[in-house]
This record gives sequence, structure tokens and C-alpha cells, in this order.
Amino acid sequence: MKYMLLIYAASDQQASCTVEDWIAYEKEMKDAGVLVSGHSLADLVTATTVQVGQDGKRTVTDGPFAETREVLGGYDVIDVPDLDAALEWAAKCPGSRDGGAVVVRPIAEFDF
Amino acid sequence: MNVEQVFREERGRLLATLVKRFGDLDLAEEVTSDAIEAALRHWPVDGVPDRPGAWLLTTARRKAVDRLRRDQAYAARLALLQVEVDRADPPAGDSLPDERLELFFTCAHPALPAEDRGALTLRCLAGFTTPEVARAYLVPVTTMQQRIVRAKKKIKEARIPFRVPDPHELPERLPGVLQAVYSIFTEGYAARRTDLADEAIRLARILRGLLPHEREVTGLLALMLLIHARREARAELLEDQDRTLWDRDMITEGSALAERALTCGHGPYGVQAAINALHDEAPDFASTDWPQIVALYDVLDGLVPSPVVALNSRRHRHARRRRGRARVA
Repeated sequence: MKYMLLIYAASDQQASCTVEDWIAYEKEMKDAGVLVSGHSLADLVTATTVQVGQDGKRTVTDGPFAETREVLGGYDVIDVPDLDAALEWAAKCPGSRDGGAVVVRPIAEFDF
Repeated sequence: MNVEQVFREERGRLLATLVKRFGDLDLAEEVTSDAIEAALRHWPVDGVPDRPGAWLLTTARRKAVDRLRRDQAYAARLALLQVEVDRADPPAGDSLPDERLELFFTCAHPALPAEDRGALTLRCLAGFTTPEVARAYLVPVTTMQQRIVRAKKKIKEARIPFRVPDPHELPERLPGVLQAVYSIFTEGYAARRTDLADEAIRLARILRGLLPHEREVTGLLALMLLIHARREARAELLEDQDRTLWDRDMITEGSALAERALTCGHGPYGVQAAINALHDEAPDFASTDWPQIVALYDVLDGLVPSPVVALNSRRHRHARRRRGRARVA
């Protein structure tokens, strides 16, 4: 079963989480054969929002800029047997420490 | 034991076994009800089968296959084959295997809302119907129905597993299970429903049978027995209670368990049980071992710092001082 780990790292977290921590985490997921895909997202100031209205008109705006302290900083999709296994990987993620949070969302499965 | 009691006991076991086999709580619940209904129809006429557990399991499996055949959507998702193969393998013993521990941990999984864990435990392990669970938690039936549906949807779709956590996970996971059982007890206590308190005690006994070496399970059972022992007198404050109304057998059992819960370490339930044992064993309020109770509250405050514990600790210190002054006077 696939789960997406949405990593909300706290903005003041950089000090306690090193690049090495993230590299080690990714390597552990790869070695365990659970990592489907994952990326870090570029700084939030680079984000752009697109909406298409009922008339087909496209609106492009700068942002959004988070009001909260935590922003979505990256994600990993993992393939593991059950929620307990997914929660275990979320707890290992450096982003879950020091005020950060990892939200675990199952990927919806559809029968066609 | 009457028929209903037999089924209350068997229901939880049957459900746990089927959930483990099918990996689907809804299907397991449906066919558990089907099988018990069939038993209620057949056994009074044909007599109770030699191996009632095996009979129930075989019947439930047959019902599951029927349902899967009828329901294409179900069949597509679930391994029909697995159920079929499973049918060829009836249990060897007289009774069902006991796989309720898995179900305890699923019902009290930390990914479920805390307020739903006791409700699910009552439903799945105590065999309560949804209206009965709603009455226990003093909420409208429709509200409880929605909560249970939502919780079961999460179990199914987020794939909360039916498994006993590994030993290293137990310290993190067991308190949730104990809290779920204790919430049933405290709900019953608040509503003055001794049947709910009895049910919580019964669940704790089952849990203790499954995890005999976990001292906090023993502590929880002890705590509930030692509080429940005072049920006939509880209309009064502790200091005014008629202590001849207290249940001596329950106190004896509870005290022995409390002692066991506190050998080689201690947890919050064991310490609270010990506090209640001191109250229950005191011949009257004045001769209660207050210094010991205060000491235990300090230990408890170190384990679970909470305003209530701190307040109780202060209250008991105060009670001790008051008694002291009374003696001097």
C-alpha cells in the first residue's frame, strides 16, 4: 500500500537537521526498498498558484505564502504493508523532529 | 452460563479470528452476526455441537463466501480464494484460537480519535451493539453510528493493521489500550452503571490473560477492582462511607493484584491501585495510612504530571494535617 509522507518542516529547524540526516534517511528508505518517489520543494517564495474559472479564464498569482510557521517542504511516497510501517518511516524522517511534522496520507486506490 | 453469556464471550473471539483471516472488519462483523444468529436458531433445536467454536467459525466462513459471491465489488477487492482455502482448515481444538489481542490494539490505535477507542473496544471486544455503545457514552445513536463508521473507514482505508506491536513498541502502544478500557470503566462510574464497570473489568481480565507479564495491565485490573469494591457505598464521600458495604472479596483480589503490579517497577495504574488499596484496607478514614498515600501521590505526580494528581496530592497532605491536628486537639 502506498502512502505519501508530507513533510512540514519548521522554519527554524535547519539548525538541528543536517543535510547528512536527510541523505541518510533517503538512503535508508532506498535500501529498504520502500521509496517510490520523493522530492524536496524549493523555497516557498518561488511558488505560483493557478486557478481556472468557470469561464475558462486563467488566474495566475504569486504565492501562496504560508501564514503558519510550517510549510510543505517536501514529500516522499513509500510502499509499505500497512499504516504502522508508514508511521515508523514518518517517525524516522528528520522533518518530524524539532517542531516539524509529517502528515501520512494513504494514496487512494481505485478499482477500474 | 446462559446462551447469551456464551455468545458474548465467543463473539469477541470469533470476530478477532475472522478479522485476522479476512483483514476486513466490516465483513468479519457481518458474518460474526450471521453465525451467531444461525447458532441461536439451530442450537436450541439440534443441541449444542460438540465443538461450538469450530461450528461458529465454519459457519461464519461459509457466510463470508456467500457474501463475497453475491457482492462483486467486495469479491474484486478481497481475496475470495483466501477465504476458500481457509475453510479447509478448521481449528483443531474445542474452542477458537484467541486472537483478541490484535483486535484490542487495532481498536485503540493511536491513529484513531481518542474518544472513539473505548467505543470501538466495547463494540468489537465486548460485543455491544451500536445503540448500547451510544448509551454507554451518553451520545445519540446516530452520532455514535457516524463515529464508528468513520473509525472503521479509517481502519480499512488507511490500513491500520491487526497486529500485536513488537515488544519495543509496547511501551508506546499499550497505554492507549489500557486507556480505552479504563474509559469504559470511568464512563460507567460517572453514569452509575455497574454493568459497564463490570464489562471494563471483564475486558481487563481478558487482556491480563493475553499479556500476563505486563504490570500495568495487572495494575489497571487492580485499580478498577479496588474502586468498584466501594460501589455500594459510593453515594457518600469516602470519609462518610459505610465500610461494611465494601466488597471484601474484590478488595482482597485487587490488593493482591496491586502488589503484583508494583513488583520490579511501577506505572501509573499500579500506583493508583496501591493508593486505592490503602483506602480499601483501612478500617476507618482516620486510621488510613496517609503518609504512604501522600508518598504514592508524589510518585504518581512524577509519572504523570497533571493538575488533578497535584491537587489530590495536596488534598491528601491537607487531610493528613487535619487528622494530625484533630488528634492533638
